[in-house]
Amino acid sequence: MSRPVRPVAVVAFAQSKNVRREDHRNEVEMLMPVVGEVFAKVGLTKDDMGFVCSGSSDYLVGAPFSFVMALDAVGAWPPLRESHVEMDGAWALYEAWTLLQEGDLDTALVYSFGRSSPSQLHKVLSLQLDPYYVAPLWPDPVALAALQAQALIDAGVASEADFAEVAARSRRDAMANPNAQVTGDRSAEELLGDDYVVAPLRRHTLPPISDGCAAIILAAGNRARDLCDRPAWITGIDHRIETHQLGARDLTVSPSTTKAAEVAGVASGSGGSPRVELAELHAPFASQEIILRRALHLGDAVAVNPSGGALAANALMVAGLTRIGEAAQRIMDGSANSALAHATSGPCLQQNLVCALHANPGGEA
Amino acid sequence: MSEPVTTLETPIHIDYQFTAGQAQSRFLKGISEGRFLGQRCPKCNKVYVPPRGSCPTDGVATTDEVELGNSGTVTTYCVVNVPFQGQSIEIPYICAQVLLDGANIAFMGLIQEIPADQVRMGLRVEAVWVDKSELRPNLSSVKYFRPSGEPDAPYESFEEYL
Repeated sequence: MSRPVRPVAVVAFAQSKNVRREDHRNEVEMLMPVVGEVFAKVGLTKDDMGFVCSGSSDYLVGAPFSFVMALDAVGAWPPLRESHVEMDGAWALYEAWTLLQEGDLDTALVYSFGRSSPSQLHKVLSLQLDPYYVAPLWPDPVALAALQAQALIDAGVASEADFAEVAARSRRDAMANPNAQVTGDRSAEELLGDDYVVAPLRRHTLPPISDGCAAIILAAGNRARDLCDRPAWITGIDHRIETHQLGARDLTVSPSTTKAAEVAGVASGSGGSPRVELAELHAPFASQEIILRRALHLGDAVAVNPSGGALAANALMVAGLTRIGEAAQRIMDGSANSALAHATSGPCLQQNLVCALHANPGGEA
Repeated sequence: MSEPVTTLETPIHIDYQFTAGQAQSRFLKGISEGRFLGQRCPKCNKVYVPPRGSCPTDGVATTDEVELGNSGTVTTYCVVNVPFQGQSIEIPYICAQVLLDGANIAFMGLIQEIPADQVRMGLRVEAVWVDKSELRPNLSSVKYFRPSGEPDAPYESFEEYL
């Protein structure tokens, strides 16, 4: 199911600042203020939640069942109807949205937390690869993204200057985002003076290593209208996955993103471009934004990543949920009527989720 | 036909930097001074030790620090009879949940200076710490708990914590 049988909306969003290393607070201490803030925005408490769902990864902090301990930030008495995905919080939101479709529950809290700093991140991310033939080689995630970026260049789709343009725009936009970690007003020409990390990726094309968390409240039907003046209705949501075998994929395209957008019912306008005002794309590497724009047929009229995106703040397991939150926030505050949010997971955009949001529960009225 | 490969070794080693956080840092500092420091929930008044910064029941920050005594009650226990590599204590030994006086959650500890078959629920115990010079911010600073000689605590006083 990817189109709603029952209207469900984002009614509140909160996030922490993204920092390089959160070394004074544990996960619970990080989450508590964010969960408290998202509840305060709609005047609810945990006792009003029909469902609670979180997204995180134990590999990041090296602690088994860290998500169970994180639940202390919500409080679990009387017992909650609760679930967790070992994925980005965007997938936790998908689970909550699906459950609300059943019609028995009206509200859900979705949260995610990610600490990328405690571990050797490049090694942790290698563990998501094929365990027999790829992971034992410990390929660095930057190296894998560089393979993809080089394939783009070889295919004549994009150049290093294009990557720099994405980074320059993201950093400039992030200057208006108080939770961003990497901001600045440097031109693409200046950025091209950066050293290569792994050619053809220079420093500015990489995401920061971030610690942070985020939370969203979903509500259905009239409950959403009671809680929020302008709920951001989810008019469609879908996620698709490609093979883990990197050599079997054409890394210059993202058919799973295209398919997810199609199934989520992202409305197409002239020339196949979706009729949305803005898109929050989860592109950890600058080169990946170009692939996603093409997969979604985004025209120049669509504002991409007004928050600065994952190039400005990239807490793992959080950055995808944050894309949905940032897109929804712009509908809730009245600055947009329609938006698209995207989340990714796995190496080189292996898994992709697309969420269509609109100020009207029926989408284009 | 050669034998099929049935095993593939792919060693994995990752180092982590642990962040105790504010509440647990206070607790561990206390341990390095030979004291048990808990935190109280402002909503339900329960005292947690070790504290993690929030009340797991109410989901609110625990802000009041509470120093607990050195004594407590064995709420439940098990007798370890299994030898394993690196074992530093002679078997059989006792691993117990100890409810420190003033706390609302039991605390894991070893029980020594009493034959294993005499340990019982309700037994009153006190913490035995390592020498002052050896105190560190980790739980090996608490060597074990031993009987304090007080009469057993009545069952009703700890039945909520089983």
